[in-house]
Amino acid sequence: MTTTATPAPDAGKKENKSSALSQELLIPVLAVLTGLILGALVILASGENPLRAYGALFAGSFGTPGDLIEGIQSYFATGETRLLLRAIYPFTESLVTATPYIFAGLSVALGFRCGLFNIGAEGQFFIGALCSAFVGYSLSGLPMIIHLPLAILGGALGGAVWGMIPGYLKARFGAHEVVNTIMMNWIAFRLSDWLLSGPMKSSGFRPVTQNVLATAELPRFFPEPLRFNLGFFIALLVAYLVYWFLFKTTLGFEIRSVGANPDAAKYAGMNIIRNFVLVMFLAGGLAGLAGSAQVLGVDHWVGQGFSAGYGFDAIAIALLGKSHPAGVVLAALLFGFLRSGATDMQSIARIPIDIISIIQGVVIVFIAAPDIIRWLYRIRAKKAEDTVLTRGWGK
Amino acid sequence: MTNVLELHGITKRFPGVLANDQICITLREGKILALLGENGAGKSTLMNILYGLYKPDEGKIMVRGKEVDIQGPNDAIAQGIGMVHQHFMLVPVMTVTENVMLGIEPTHNGIFLDKAKVSKRIREISDQYGLEVDPNAYIKDLPVGIQQRVEIIKVLYRHADILILDEPTAVLTPQEVEGLFKIIDTLIKSGKSIIFITHKLKEVLAVADDITVLRLGKVVGSIDPKEASSEILATMMVGRDVNLVVQKEPANPAGAVLVVEDLYVRDERQHMTVQGVSFDVRKGEVLGIAGVQGNGQTELVYALTGLLPTDAGSIQLLGESIRHASPRKILERGVAHIPEDRQRHGLILSFPIHDNMMLCTYYKQPFARGISLQPAPIFSNADELVKQYDVRTPNIYVNAGTLSGGNQQKVIVAREFSRPIELLIASQPTRGLDVGSIEYIHKQIIKKRDEGCGVLVVSSELDEILALSDRIAVMYKGQIMAIVDANTATKEQLGMLMAGVLPSETSNKN
Repeated sequence: MTTTATPAPDAGKKENKSSALSQELLIPVLAVLTGLILGALVILASGENPLRAYGALFAGSFGTPGDLIEGIQSYFATGETRLLLRAIYPFTESLVTATPYIFAGLSVALGFRCGLFNIGAEGQFFIGALCSAFVGYSLSGLPMIIHLPLAILGGALGGAVWGMIPGYLKARFGAHEVVNTIMMNWIAFRLSDWLLSGPMKSSGFRPVTQNVLATAELPRFFPEPLRFNLGFFIALLVAYLVYWFLFKTTLGFEIRSVGANPDAAKYAGMNIIRNFVLVMFLAGGLAGLAGSAQVLGVDHWVGQGFSAGYGFDAIAIALLGKSHPAGVVLAALLFGFLRSGATDMQSIARIPIDIISIIQGVVIVFIAAPDIIRWLYRIRAKKAEDTVLTRGWGK
Repeated sequence: MTNVLELHGITKRFPGVLANDQICITLREGKILALLGENGAGKSTLMNILYGLYKPDEGKIMVRGKEVDIQGPNDAIAQGIGMVHQHFMLVPVMTVTENVMLGIEPTHNGIFLDKAKVSKRIREISDQYGLEVDPNAYIKDLPVGIQQRVEIIKVLYRHADILILDEPTAVLTPQEVEGLFKIIDTLIKSGKSIIFITHKLKEVLAVADDITVLRLGKVVGSIDPKEASSEILATMMVGRDVNLVVQKEPANPAGAVLVVEDLYVRDERQHMTVQGVSFDVRKGEVLGIAGVQGNGQTELVYALTGLLPTDAGSIQLLGESIRHASPRKILERGVAHIPEDRQRHGLILSFPIHDNMMLCTYYKQPFARGISLQPAPIFSNADELVKQYDVRTPNIYVNAGTLSGGNQQKVIVAREFSRPIELLIASQPTRGLDVGSIEYIHKQIIKKRDEGCGVLVVSSELDEILALSDRIAVMYKGQIMAIVDANTATKEQLGMLMAGVLPSETSNKN
């Protein structure tokens, strides 16, 4: 127990952190790997070639090195950017797909940190998208520097209010947030149906909104058809802000305390109810930003069935990312690459896009039941007391 | 005299810890071997090895002279080894019979449970060993002492003749301990052999035939109880001289810090568990609240610290009412609280020590500036407190959950004592702790008293109440039976009060 020499004060911390980090990363990484292997087996079982499928998936999500080299050569030879843009198109599209995943994943992760299960990210996403779209097309004559932030803020605020309602219901009446966020989802879906076919409907036949004005669009970095835009970098910035908020502020400390041990939080004088409302407000805002980024950066209008289930996939992303902002970003990128590449896999290798859902599902099972992974790879559990059933890898 | 069980050179390493180092112990047939040691001395590891839950790295186990290989609890049971765990392994919503047969359910025709057969065996065992229990009673309706009997019956039902009792008295009232000792006596008379694990010295001296003391994973020595005394055993256990009596000067009480009048509190299930309690705590004195667990002490403390709302009455802290104040307000007015359940209220086990050290003051200077947490003062605060309060930990960055019970309690004490306080409320401050930690925490509590702090100690351990208190209030069924002077109080008198018998009633009977 006694240490002979006192090491530098931070030594213990660093050692602790690096070992904790590898522990934290080990299971998710192995889970994803195992998910891909199982996916390959499923492809094999359906009589297709997994290597070809994953090749197409990779090409669809990252592009191919050959295309990239060709693109660079043609750019330097002729100054022509067309081939280069085509080469980076798959990669940028993956980042575009990952953007709403990052926001929505952060939303669910923030809830988890406070012990709340926000299943309502999907509804908050819709409300955020609608609010952003409204601000985006209805206010004209504003310069971009004012209009764009307003449109983003509108989306965040809309989602935040939508999230705060179940938070308040829980705080005031003890109503469970899982039930109420699900209910709020349905209200959001039907509300958007009505808005899109009535008050917010554009002049055409389809139940969609008008396009947002150019001053409310998130700037794109490349010409059409590349849709890569500022939203991705805002997502990264927000992820950092969430990290800072959770781990470097007193408010985050309270939230994590309430999540880790509400009894101790109460003992320490923290107001649990206020934290519930605050977290649901912020989580709603983050999911709202996901909708915002999708409207202002990618689609520029909102139609029925606007979301591709971002709010529900966000639950998986938060789990996979262990509710840590950095983990959420990585998990969201993974989902972005898988989803974006799957389209190519379907068209080139003729592997149904659903295989991606299978892989994602398997990964989530492994994350939810890490003992399967520990057993598969003979990893001993963290605590010494838990080593009873697992063997090997001990010192 | 034969040895029913011998352990030779048992060694067990965990990453970074040598939990058992060349341990040899011997259990004689029909005798009680007391295994004595502080928390973390390696007792539980050793017994888990014996019960097949861990595999030793070295050493061998001999049962009745033959070397055996124990791979799991089933092997242990086959060798006649049975274990009564400290934390009972019972299903509360099932009956005694159902719990006993769990895992080895006898059936007729292969599918129908034969409960009658089990009930009959239970009755036989009950009669034979004096383990009175109703086989049809539900576990949740039984007091802790009876639940323990069920655990013992479970072991006997499986034909064990070597019984391991892990801290069997930790959860029992003094009367129940007496009952347990009688049962142990009967078991021994009918030829069973027992390993009795504990860190309570008096119990060891009362029941053991042989004593083996462990410290830091090693056998320190074995001693004949006839030659042993509490002091000798404590010294062997801790490795240095230990003061078993709390050294304290007479109190110098001044004005009241806390005045409670006619307080009524409901528990979380809305039962009125505190019914019209009045008392005061003065500066520089320790008021002890004695009583058998579950007589309203817990709810009283929760009400005083703002964790439970009150129904009626008044609570005055230094002349100000805190009856409706929030936990934060109460805390800020100088109340420190060592909670009864340290893992539920006192600590966030998944947080590092440095965060637990500022759990109640995280929003204040120097730990925070605005909403921004300040790592440097947070770390230096924890470093200082860990040194000052001798918390045994590799560093301040490990999670509180990795610490032993005694060290967890030290973290709480360090945190609560590190801010200016007027009133200390300590609830079961040494429950489950080893001698060394108890001594230390008692000293700290008395130190606070001598600094002029009002101290309220709630404990179900009468020895602790007597050692610390200047005045003693006894709680029974939500009421205070009497408040007596600690200097003149006797154990017998307090025991009667704890059972709800007033002094006048006893004299009437005489």
